[in-house]
Amino acid sequence: MAKILLEMKNITKTFPGVKALDNVNLQVEEGEIHALVGENGAGKSTLMNVLSGIYPFGTYEGDIIYDGKVCRFSNIKDSEKLGIVIIHQELALVPEMTIGENMYLGNECGHSLAINWNKTYAEADKYLRMVGLKESSKVQIKNIGTGKQQLVEIAKALAKKARLLILDEPTSSLNEEDSRALLDLMLSFKKQGMTMIIISHKLNEVSYVADKITVVRDGATIETIDNHGKEPVSEERIIRGMVGREITNRFPKRENVKIGDVRLEVNHWTVHHPLYTERKVVDDVSMYVRQGEVVGIYGLMGAGRTELAMSIFGRSYGVNFSGELKLDGKHVHLRKSASDAIKHKIAYVTEDRKGNGLVLSQSIKVNTSLANLEAISSHSVIDGDKEYAAAEEYRGKLKIKTPSVEQLVGNLSGGNQQKVLLAKWMFAEPDILLLDEPTRGIDVGAKYEIYCIINDLAAAGKCVVLISSELPEVLGMSDRIYIMNEAKIIGEMKAAEATQESIMTAILRSGRGA
Amino acid sequence: MLAQPAGGGGDSGGQLTSWQKFIELMQRLKVREFLQKYTMIIALVAVVIAFGIMSDWKILSNKEITNLIGENAYVFVLAAGMLLCILTGGNIDLSVGSVVCFTGGIGCIMMSAGINMWWAVLVMLLTGLAIGVFQGFWIAKIRVPAFIATLAGMYAFRGIASAILGGQRGNADFADFLQFFGVTKTSYIPDFMKNLLPNVEAAMLNKDGFWVALLPGTNFNGVKNFNVTCMCIGIVVALIFVALKVRKILVQKKMNISQSIPAQVASTVLISLLILWVCLDMSFYRGFPMALVWVSLVLGIYAYVTNKTAIGRHLYAVGGNEKATALSGVKTRNVYWFAYANIGLLAGLAGILAAGYNKGIDPANAGDGYEMDAIAACFIGGASAYGGIGKVSGMIIGATLMGIINKGMNLISTPQNYQKVVKGLVLLVAVLFDVLSKRQKR
Repeated sequence: MAKILLEMKNITKTFPGVKALDNVNLQVEEGEIHALVGENGAGKSTLMNVLSGIYPFGTYEGDIIYDGKVCRFSNIKDSEKLGIVIIHQELALVPEMTIGENMYLGNECGHSLAINWNKTYAEADKYLRMVGLKESSKVQIKNIGTGKQQLVEIAKALAKKARLLILDEPTSSLNEEDSRALLDLMLSFKKQGMTMIIISHKLNEVSYVADKITVVRDGATIETIDNHGKEPVSEERIIRGMVGREITNRFPKRENVKIGDVRLEVNHWTVHHPLYTERKVVDDVSMYVRQGEVVGIYGLMGAGRTELAMSIFGRSYGVNFSGELKLDGKHVHLRKSASDAIKHKIAYVTEDRKGNGLVLSQSIKVNTSLANLEAISSHSVIDGDKEYAAAEEYRGKLKIKTPSVEQLVGNLSGGNQQKVLLAKWMFAEPDILLLDEPTRGIDVGAKYEIYCIINDLAAAGKCVVLISSELPEVLGMSDRIYIMNEAKIIGEMKAAEATQESIMTAILRSGRGA
Repeated sequence: MLAQPAGGGGDSGGQLTSWQKFIELMQRLKVREFLQKYTMIIALVAVVIAFGIMSDWKILSNKEITNLIGENAYVFVLAAGMLLCILTGGNIDLSVGSVVCFTGGIGCIMMSAGINMWWAVLVMLLTGLAIGVFQGFWIAKIRVPAFIATLAGMYAFRGIASAILGGQRGNADFADFLQFFGVTKTSYIPDFMKNLLPNVEAAMLNKDGFWVALLPGTNFNGVKNFNVTCMCIGIVVALIFVALKVRKILVQKKMNISQSIPAQVASTVLISLLILWVCLDMSFYRGFPMALVWVSLVLGIYAYVTNKTAIGRHLYAVGGNEKATALSGVKTRNVYWFAYANIGLLAGLAGILAAGYNKGIDPANAGDGYEMDAIAACFIGGASAYGGIGKVSGMIIGATLMGIINKGMNLISTPQNYQKVVKGLVLLVAVLFDVLSKRQKR
């Protein structure tokens, strides 16, 4: 039995209103590759942020025991000193700088007032060879591809004398070939005695590379599966752990289900990435929504769901659009603006309420009216009394908990902010609502209330598209479900017939087939 | 129990409790909220009192108050435009000083050529607007950073101004022009009310009246007339202000909007008294200055635009969260364009006022540093350097505070060099306070 390098004991981490981690335990042996799997928001990344000191000691409960000692990291530097290095999902490289400059950023060779560039580049080259890169370390980051950038990140970690390397979704932006190369590199590091933790959604990769697999669900570690058997652990076995028990009564019952004609339809809808224009973010998608229907779109992060919704909403994302958009059976060409989409009674409720949804420095009232100022003004002069009355009406309807609609949105809890966001779009009086992760990061009670609002909207004859990466939510709320993976719609199921296992299996099959 | 002096030999426990008691008392009286909300007003009052004592209350005399308005008219006008730019995301316009010089120069040339002053005024305004539209185009549509686009304008328009004036001072010393836009003896609203209310002047000039006590610093031996019109304007404006406030309070009550009525009544009473007092003071001098007419007009319009119109709302929203605003169907680029076109127009008006104040335009220094005064007024008045936050009322207080400090330092003859140091420190402290009070909230 190898020595335990890292033990995390009873880790509990709470954010305002949400318990992100609840008594999590994790043991990692020296020289193994340990995988963390779980749905989005299960708490994997939070756990790794606690480990690396991004959430400093004192902001969580529990102990981190590393190499036999209890550690109290107050920042990333502390953990890096002990050889714990984390590579984040989003690459943290400066495009305009060279590979060498990036690798030693914040960790410069020589004296901080007299950087030794010769040593920097010589050392950087040495580590680049170790990860199998032939590029000179004087090449700018922007001139190499994503796959190689990921390898630079690993070389950077090696340069920090990593002993425990944490990789958060290292292959999420890589193609099949680069992914395989990366995984093989991990295996060769393991032979040299390095310990690694990998977070991944791609279960085939996990079962290929990992020695042990720990399943995280709802902020708790559920089980640790040993992957030393002759046969690799089956994906079905892992999924069972990830999905877990059924939770009853999380979703309110739909009443008055009256599904009418098709209101929104897209055919062969294709959208390209705004910067990497050759990459398709939505690939030949055809779908429709009927009156009074709640249509779920399920997919993992980065599957293209948000891109699909935003491109329908007045082409607010992407370039080089092709395909057809029909409203009430008629072909419609929306100009490239959100206002045109709003005029055609489409609303997009963003997944990123702070970044793309709300003006945090303004009041509930101002946010509620923002998308439909015409309704409360004449000749573009705002009628303050009307505006107040409207904001009050929606505060009551959506049960927004606040002393006054003059309250700044930035001071509200996540759940209440989400309700303000919904209020804003309901006030715009759309027929079609594209809801993107409407319950992300809010507590169970507020989720239930938002589910009720969604049901009310559908009962009032609106078309609702519910985008979510929470399987139970999609299953519990939708009438019909589209499954998205890698920019394509890979399946359509009636909610009554779908199960968590069947959806996950569909995604994994398409991933392997590609 | 008595509070022990800090650093005294007493045991720390005792110190703590008395200190805690003090804090508790402060919290009960909501002193901190009060201080945070009204910092700049308190600072303004403190500065007025300080300079009042040092200058034997000359700073509040009828003459100095009138001069204060004439000297700072351009700050209020430009700051109204600057505020809109700052609201869009901390963007500033560095070119306004040069645009003031350029538009003023055009006016001087036209009037010197014998063209009717009103044509000249119209051309000056339109030139300012055209420059604003031009610069706004680069900023909004081509996305040149505002700082750079207007820095280019700052060089270019001063150069053009100097070129069209041939490097010589342009002359605007024309009686009809100065009557409306200058600060000479004639630049006041004519006292047409005097004949309608014949007895008022005599009554007011009675030196035993209680109002004499209200006007410290004013030398009544030199006062020979009382401007009845100016006082009437003050009374009418104060009444309109009170009426609007009363309506607002009543509507809020009807709609059950939670509000603190005593605070609103208090602020209404104080502001209307201030209006009455300033007009009373000015009535003992030459009356209601034309500069104040233009300033009030601009401030009134912009307070309305930012508060009550859709474009005003869009300015705040773009500065608060541009992406969210774009996804709400607002054409955010046009909002930027509006802000810069608008400040061009106001720079045109400031050019008119600058030509009137100096009776001409000297291309070497006309409008020099005006942009910085306007920017400072906005930030002292609580505008956020990141955009989305800031009010016309705050800007008025910021500009007034700067004006009073300038005036006061002149009255107690502070050397010019140190005046700049003081101005710099005031700006730093004002913004520092803003930043710190926000940090405590988080």
